[in-house]
Amino acid sequence: MNLLTLRQSKTQSKTQSNTGLRSGVVLAALALALAGCGTTAGASPDDAAGAAEPAGQNVTLTDGWVKAADSGMSAAFGELTNAGPDDVTVVSATTEASSMLELHETVENESGEMIMREIEGGFVIPAGDTLTLEPGGSHIMLMDLTDPLEAGEEVTFILTFADDSTFEFTAPVKDYSGANENYVGGDAEMDMGDADHGADSSTDSTGTDG
Amino acid sequence: MTRPGKSVSSGRAGSTRRQFLLGGAVAGVGAAAAIGADLAVSATTDGPAAEPAALNGEQTVRFYGAHQAGIDTAAQANGLFVALDLLDGTTREDLVRMMRILTDDAARLTQGSPALADSEPELATVPARLTVTFGFGPRFVARARGIAPGWLKALPAFAVDRLLPEFSDGDLLLQIAADDPLAVAHTARMLLKDTRSFASVRWSQQGFRRAHGSVRPGTTMRNLFGQVDGTSNPAPGTADFDQVVWNDDGWLAGGTSAVVRRIGMDLDKWDRLDRGGREQSVGRYLSNGAPLTGTDEFDEPDFEATTPIGFPVIPEFSHVRRARSENTAERIFRRGYNYDDRPIGEAVSLSGLIFVSFQADVDRQFVPIQKRLDQLDLLNEWTVPIGSAVFAIPPGCAEGGFVGETLLT
Repeated sequence: MNLLTLRQSKTQSKTQSNTGLRSGVVLAALALALAGCGTTAGASPDDAAGAAEPAGQNVTLTDGWVKAADSGMSAAFGELTNAGPDDVTVVSATTEASSMLELHETVENESGEMIMREIEGGFVIPAGDTLTLEPGGSHIMLMDLTDPLEAGEEVTFILTFADDSTFEFTAPVKDYSGANENYVGGDAEMDMGDADHGADSSTDSTGTDG
Repeated sequence: MTRPGKSVSSGRAGSTRRQFLLGGAVAGVGAAAAIGADLAVSATTDGPAAEPAALNGEQTVRFYGAHQAGIDTAAQANGLFVALDLLDGTTREDLVRMMRILTDDAARLTQGSPALADSEPELATVPARLTVTFGFGPRFVARARGIAPGWLKALPAFAVDRLLPEFSDGDLLLQIAADDPLAVAHTARMLLKDTRSFASVRWSQQGFRRAHGSVRPGTTMRNLFGQVDGTSNPAPGTADFDQVVWNDDGWLAGGTSAVVRRIGMDLDKWDRLDRGGREQSVGRYLSNGAPLTGTDEFDEPDFEATTPIGFPVIPEFSHVRRARSENTAERIFRRGYNYDDRPIGEAVSLSGLIFVSFQADVDRQFVPIQKRLDQLDLLNEWTVPIGSAVFAIPPGCAEGGFVGETLLT
């Protein structure tokens, strides 16, 4: 079980019967095992589902929105729901609004600080479950805006899944004071507003501006 | 239903020394338990019909529709009126983006769902009949490069006016109303966050009526003079109301106009007037709002009736006489709120009425009434208009559309 799945069991508890216990496990896992963050995204669960429907057909996005920004970086949020019988993995995203996108997760580093970084292997959306992309959590990162993103604009994204299927959605741009994605010292350190971290957390970030 | 009250008092009477030593918390728990037990008993004896009443906080008013909500909606307990000035650079295209965002916010919040990017989603879950109504001032329509109705401008100057710019005019009106003040505050915060790229707050006026559940629904409101205020309103849902309120012209078809005037009320001076004088000034009884020629609030005033010595029972100078026109087209729908601000200096009140009226055509319906009141209305002795603004209220929209689309697309 990877961290994102654990995160799901924490925040999307309706499908889980032992929520309280799981939450405890999540916290323990986060506290103990963060040195091993690189292992968080394991093998894609949908690898074996050869006969399954294309992932893109089973995924929907609700309440999507993108943070307004004049230039540089921004982020997209929303709730990705997988109505299919198999877990699916989002491996990449594209939009005309940014020349480069990354799928980011928020994890705690060895110092107990929350850091943003590109997720290895992509976003896993468990079968019949919802992955919430939100400020302070996982999000789609627009690394280099081609034009200012102005409130009320609509931005179209295309998500690509591990099985090469795609899903297109459109989300409005909103002014939002949180979710402040900033590089600090040229490092891929993201300040997501409510994710508190210190100056040295960049040492735990993976390079994302390559 | 006096049972819960009784059990509370019996619980208190039976409190022991031990409860006393342990403090109020234990007594409180005991009392609560007693109430719970009592309610459980009455629930079982009353049978299946005794389901708990739905919370008013869960009540919603439909957002989408031919007309915007918040006009023919039974007035909620709390009303907030915010006028914004468009920023200099805000273009027609910007207005489209702004109204799309604001429409989406309002559509979600009025139905008890957080807005997109709502940083306090928990505050969105108690809508309490929340409505959001948008209005456009003259400059909004000009920026939209639309054709403004002739009446969309500042009202003519009235002799009684002492207007302050901080309560007058504006490009965009947000009328936010709900039976819960927290719902109003959160909605205002959310909407205003989403206007920051396009506009800035010009004025804001907070008003109130009686709290939800304090009086029977449909009870005409009382203002801070103690008067029943709004008796002659046409009733929503009637052809009469539709004719008075809804405009049917161009992009405003299905919309209306709003006049928002801040009327200062001199409560100290009003205090010096005896009850008879107060009733004469309005032409209605204070007890129930009945005209001085009638007994029921909704009795038609008889302006011909005279006293034994030949004076009109309803004085010529009274508010009800002066506001009434022979021309039945000169009628409006009032939906105002009281305000009670922090007093200044030696005064003990700074109170009044946020006068709000909706009418299809300001010049045809509102202005003639106000002209008559300006010339003569004894109530002018105790009231002074200190703010005034006129807005075009566009029609509602269907899901997927946005308020203002008839002007902006």
